[in-house]
Amino acid sequence: MTTLLGPARPAEGALDTPFIIAGREFRSRLLLGAGKYASNNAMVRAIDASGAEVVTVAVRRVNLDRTRDEGILYHLDPSRFFLLANTAGCYTAGDAVRYARLARAAGFNEWVKLEVIGDQETLLPDTVGLLDATRTLAAEGFKVMAYSNADLITALRLEDAGAVAVMPLASPIGSGLGLLDEYSIRTIKHRLSVPVIVDAGVGTASDACLTMEQGVDGILMNTALAAASDPVRMAAAMRSAVEAGRLAYLAGRMPRREVAVPSSPTEGLIE
Amino acid sequence: MSDITVGSTTITPVVNGEARSIRAGSTMGDLLRTLALDPKLVVVEHNRTILRDRTQYDALRLATGDTIEIVHFVGGG
Repeated sequence: MTTLLGPARPAEGALDTPFIIAGREFRSRLLLGAGKYASNNAMVRAIDASGAEVVTVAVRRVNLDRTRDEGILYHLDPSRFFLLANTAGCYTAGDAVRYARLARAAGFNEWVKLEVIGDQETLLPDTVGLLDATRTLAAEGFKVMAYSNADLITALRLEDAGAVAVMPLASPIGSGLGLLDEYSIRTIKHRLSVPVIVDAGVGTASDACLTMEQGVDGILMNTALAAASDPVRMAAAMRSAVEAGRLAYLAGRMPRREVAVPSSPTEGLIE
Repeated sequence: MSDITVGSTTITPVVNGEARSIRAGSTMGDLLRTLALDPKLVVVEHNRTILRDRTQYDALRLATGDTIEIVHFVGGG
């Protein structure tokens, strides 16, 4: 079979290549969302178990009546984690740009996980709005990681528009349906120069492993951990799965055969 | 929020979507102190302009009808 992509070559003696986005090296290829955990304590313990460095956060109104203490900075130490603000909940380019600017004003970094959603039921991205917002934010100096459909042409356009990473979905946000289109993900990784990080849809460890085996640079997930019966164990499982999938990709899998080939010598059998 | 005070003793800017009565002459800094918010943990938008310089909060006088958004980071994927 002709495949799209040969493995990247790690440096001599190294198991993996560095994971670099827009010139910044990150220590883990597993990126986590911080939403929907049963408690802040569960979230913090899961993030610790995952080894993730990048943690996404959302921008929301402060609850002025203080019935809930929901500010993430009370729970996550921004000196230990790279806080990546998202524009979740935005349905137009204008709203997404506004949220990104608010996030940058918080003063942590100029990165944004850009979401422009086109449909409430599927939460699939609005391609036109996404491209529009990517151009605007890139021109303002933002490092835009664009949450995208698993569509090659959209991914190429996002790269042209100035995205520092493209984040195609495995399947819809929060669905846990796993990797629906291996071929598209492989094709996007093959054709883009910027890192490709699969975002959304991973449900369990095998989904993460299979996704990394396509050669992508990383995975961002949230619900797979937050909605697991034991988020801390699932975090550890995902950490292993992402590493395993990455190494398997770099190692290059054996060819598939439809017939058996013996592993033991066929000579020297006793009569 | 109900408010029966008249004249110039109070103003009612709209804060996070709700009209809020505060003393006339209040600044953004006063508002944040009244709400017991740590300026380092929130981002403030005043009439659609983001206030990127927190040292200016005490110089910004508020008025009735001002639209103020006070946001922060919460968990999200």
